[in-house]
Amino acid sequence: MHAFDYQAPRKLADAITQLSQLNGSARPLAGGTDLIDQMRVGRLAPQTVIDVKKLPELNVLQADDTGLRLGAAVPCYRIYGNEQIVKHYSALADSCHIIGGVQIQSRASVGGNLCNSGPAADSTPSLIALGGVCVIAGPQGTREVAAEAFCVGPGKNVLQPGELLVEIRFPAARPYSGSHYRRFIPRNEMDIAVVGVGAAVELDPSGKTIVSARIGLGAVAPTPLYAEAASQMLAGQEVNETTLQQAADAAKAIISPITDMRGTREYRIHVTGVLVQRVLQAAVQRARGETIDYRPGR
Amino acid sequence: MKTKTVVSTTINGGPVEFLCEPRQTLLEVLRNTLGLTGTKEGCSNGNCGACTVLMDGQPVVSCLVLAVEAEGAELRTIEGVACAGHLDDVQQAFLEGAALQCGICTPGFIMQTETLLEHNSTPTEDEIRFHLAGNLCRCTGYDKIVRAVQAAAAKRQAASQK
Ligand SMILES: Cc1cc2nc3c(=O)[nH]c(=O)nc-3n(C[C@H](O)[C@H](O)[C@H](O)COP(=O)(O)OP(=O)(O)OC[C@H]3O[C@@H](n4cnc5c(N)ncnc54)[C@H](O)[C@@H]3O)c2cc1C
Ligand code: FES
Ligand code: FES
Repeated sequence: MHAFDYQAPRKLADAITQLSQLNGSARPLAGGTDLIDQMRVGRLAPQTVIDVKKLPELNVLQADDTGLRLGAAVPCYRIYGNEQIVKHYSALADSCHIIGGVQIQSRASVGGNLCNSGPAADSTPSLIALGGVCVIAGPQGTREVAAEAFCVGPGKNVLQPGELLVEIRFPAARPYSGSHYRRFIPRNEMDIAVVGVGAAVELDPSGKTIVSARIGLGAVAPTPLYAEAASQMLAGQEVNETTLQQAADAAKAIISPITDMRGTREYRIHVTGVLVQRVLQAAVQRARGETIDYRPGR
Repeated sequence: MKTKTVVSTTINGGPVEFLCEPRQTLLEVLRNTLGLTGTKEGCSNGNCGACTVLMDGQPVVSCLVLAVEAEGAELRTIEGVACAGHLDDVQQAFLEGAALQCGICTPGFIMQTETLLEHNSTPTEDEIRFHLAGNLCRCTGYDKIVRAVQAAAAKRQAASQK
């Protein structure tokens, strides 16, 4: 690996100052599961690596009746180890369970997953489905960006030089709501998604009608997508095969997948339709308080 | 700056200080600086799990950890598993069950198995395979590894019920 400096600031203000002074030649380091490999192969060669894991603001993990605050550097194992998240933000826990293997989950953060901005990042569709808002701090102060607007291209996002993702905030969990994330991969685990779908639904108290829904899609466009039309057409609809099928068709209409070794464009479009329906169905079951027949790795 | 830094850690229960550059991985320092060559290098990119060590109790791939990040950490490596010259249950089960051939993957599998059994003393085959998904073996075909983990779990279970 090329030679670089290492800083591990303990104050957010110091981290921002360092990042902006080093303008462009510094990189934040969270779990390092993307960054260290990218430096090893020479794709990135920052002069300074700024370890953000000692910043208290980036380690916040707090779920209560005002919502969820997820610090950008919190590793996956802490996320799926949190009972409130498993219960009320299930899609997020589902994502964290399948990012790499257990060793990767010890280090990999959702903030790093989002900032790496890969089209197939497994947590981003869940952030979109759960209505996540990214809190970004920089030399000019703090700003907020919706999860679906964070990535702007493969490996590209809205962060300006000197800016750091601090946390992702989610609205309070509503009663009769549920969510799920699932990806399709040729192997059982440790693979990159062919298609990934996150969905969250809120039902009426009868459990039959959808009050609102949000669907996030991964690996089917240059960035993860919010399937807005598909999500909105579900509001007020009864849960049945026809409505879920219509939502799946609407989701398929906005994607622009590529053909690569994991699948052709046509195949990805087909799989998107199937997964959207299955994931919506699973989110509905969870909203009804039922357990779903899903185990990661199968 | 780019100069070497002193890092203080605890390794296998004892205090260890070492000097390293920020660009050195924990795997490099363990093997090349500290002579702890039990931890193996397979892929260097996080995929094979051969370099698995425990950092503050969590299994990590040491090829994707900078050595400077280990400041203040408690590390456990394969060298710390056997006790007073006796193999532990997991090591013994791998040996008896022929769960290794070339052995490059074995230290990683053993460290990863230790973390599984710590949290789940009676894992199912599915749970074993899922927990060990980040460890690759190109020799055994995995079956004997899964059997060895089951044998080690059963032995520990029996011992705890005595
Ligand atoms: C073996 C293996 C398997 C993997 N499997 C998967 C998988 O199944 N699914 C998946 O989605 N990914 C997978 N990954 C990729 C990676 O683990 C994830 O993207 C992970 O979430 C990255 O998080 P991190 O904390 O390690 O990020 P880092 O590597 O520390 O950072 C990633 C990028 O984001 C930047 N960054 C980090 N934090 C911030 C911040 N707070 N503000 C601004 N910029 C920041 C860094 O500078 C860097 O460019 C895998 C990686 C490996 C090595
Ligand atoms: S050498 Fe570290 S995971 Fe392969
Ligand atoms: S025994 Fe050779 S890689 Fe596993």
